[in-house]
Amino acid sequence: MEMRTWMRGGLEAVAGGFIAIGLSLTNFPLLVLWLVALALSPVAGLGLIALPFMTLVLRARADLERKLAGRVGVVIARPYAPGPTRAAAGGWRRYQWILTDPATWRDVAWLVPGAIVSIALGIISLAGPLYGIEGITLLPLWLYLGTDWYGYGLFWPINSFSEGLLSLPQGVLILAVGIAAAPWLRWVDARFAKVFLAPTKAAELRLRVAHLTVSRADTVDAQAAELRRIERDLHDGAQARLVSLGMTIGLAEEMLDRDLAHARKLLAEAREASGAALVELRHLVQGIHPPVLAERGLDGAVRALALQLPLPISVDVDLPGRAETPVESAAYFVMAEAMTNVVRHSGARTAAVSIRYEDGRMTMVVLDDGKGGANPKEGTGLRGIARRLAAFDGTMTLSSPPGGPTAVTMELPCVLSSPRISPSSGTG
Amino acid sequence: MRVVIAEDLALLRDGLTRILEAFDFQVVEAVDNGPALLPALVRHRPDVAVVDVRLPPTFTDEGLQAAIAARTEVPGLPVLVLSQHVEPLYARELLTDRSGGVGYLLKDRISDVAQFVGAVRRVAAGGTAMDPEVVSQLLARREPLAVLTAREREVLGQMAEGRSNAAIAAKLFVTEKAISKHINNIFTKLGLPPSDDDNRRVLAVLAYLGG
Repeated sequence: MEMRTWMRGGLEAVAGGFIAIGLSLTNFPLLVLWLVALALSPVAGLGLIALPFMTLVLRARADLERKLAGRVGVVIARPYAPGPTRAAAGGWRRYQWILTDPATWRDVAWLVPGAIVSIALGIISLAGPLYGIEGITLLPLWLYLGTDWYGYGLFWPINSFSEGLLSLPQGVLILAVGIAAAPWLRWVDARFAKVFLAPTKAAELRLRVAHLTVSRADTVDAQAAELRRIERDLHDGAQARLVSLGMTIGLAEEMLDRDLAHARKLLAEAREASGAALVELRHLVQGIHPPVLAERGLDGAVRALALQLPLPISVDVDLPGRAETPVESAAYFVMAEAMTNVVRHSGARTAAVSIRYEDGRMTMVVLDDGKGGANPKEGTGLRGIARRLAAFDGTMTLSSPPGGPTAVTMELPCVLSSPRISPSSGTG
Repeated sequence: MRVVIAEDLALLRDGLTRILEAFDFQVVEAVDNGPALLPALVRHRPDVAVVDVRLPPTFTDEGLQAAIAARTEVPGLPVLVLSQHVEPLYARELLTDRSGGVGYLLKDRISDVAQFVGAVRRVAAGGTAMDPEVVSQLLARREPLAVLTAREREVLGQMAEGRSNAAIAAKLFVTEKAISKHINNIFTKLGLPPSDDDNRRVLAVLAYLGG
């Protein structure tokens, strides 16, 4: 088994080397065409179209290289600056965007050195195994028998029949070494590409700023909408009920002297109205920050939630402490959303949730045995989860093949504090 | 009847004291924080304790924890827990020692003074008083207690709230005899051994909450 995966990895790497040679050969025409497009820039109209088009091709080529590097374990992020928002396909702003992005020039600079390194490493990774195969097939022996000037491995030239025969074990050894070295050669190639194709520190920061700008805007929007909802709920609900309560009690006060029975009836009404106001406030509070979350933390709150949902849910939580309140709250609400999704959409008979903490990341998984086929593009629930998590740099991944099972995995980077023993503050 | 009250909001603490004293309870101590509660309960050994879940200094579930701790030290100490919200999870924790004398109600219920005082007396007598909200949250689940008929589940729910056979009969518009037949069926189906009726009622409620 071990041997087989080793062989497979090696052979894939050898094939990868072959493909890399082919791809690298396209780098040269690509460079020429790109430079021609650049040179054509002064030609009105043509340059504004040709250069962006050639850059598109160039970036596709570079992206392919990044993807191949990713397959051998070297992750290279895309470095390009986000495009201008309102720019016509052949416009000046698009042209400017391409030329001022350092990543464009780094791509161009990579073309020739990258190709040379790729081709050289590709040839080495192909040549080793081929030379090994030559020895195994005893080709040197036949050549020795045919002519009298040929060598292989240690024996150069081959002087006797037995030396010719020894090409077999040598060939096996060379083939093995060649196959073993191939993945490593692919890795070196990818590392070299990374020098040019990865974002610079500045580009990395710029990409991060762009990402944060988007997620912050989303968060602010969501928060404003939430506050608006709370305001409206209070205004139309509890507040209105308290006003009516005051009126009913005032009326009862008037009636005390005139009609005792009526006053009694009004007071009973008032008590009912206060009960209704309390119910509304309780639901509202539940939506803002569930009391059980404040009292028991994520562990207890998720258990309490599982107990309320109409299907058996096994809960497995292992957290060495509590997260900051905003993070904990976000974690609870995404869990609640994912768990109620199970009830609403999956048709599952059982579900399991687990929460783990490792290396500064909280990983929450909601698994069900339902019908699967969930699509994050449909329905606002999953998108809401992703948005809530994004505010804290968290991520969500969904695995839901048709026929199930569905697994929602949510990750949230956070710091846990040790369990609270005597916290400092609170409100009565 | 002697009562210990634990409630941090002065307004509610005074209100509770006033209501209970108006119904001939003697409030021996009214504490306003968690750490003072357990010693008070152990020292006074009241006939019943009325405890708010959330108390200073942590404002988490100290009241509940103190109540549970007190019941380990003084087994069967009747405790009525009050809260702004109810969680079946907490109800289950309160009942795990299987000895009855437990209540868990929303603070809203205090406004129906007669019923509230009735619940305090019932808990003091070793019965249970579960908030209808807890019961209805559990009724929404379909999985547990599938062996019971709809009617039996209804009766069990009423039992969990702490009603007597007569009260359940009145509420469901049937005879008391029919109710005790239902209850016997429930005990048999849940495999509860014959023992004194009060304890079996608690065990049935616990099975109901256990999920």
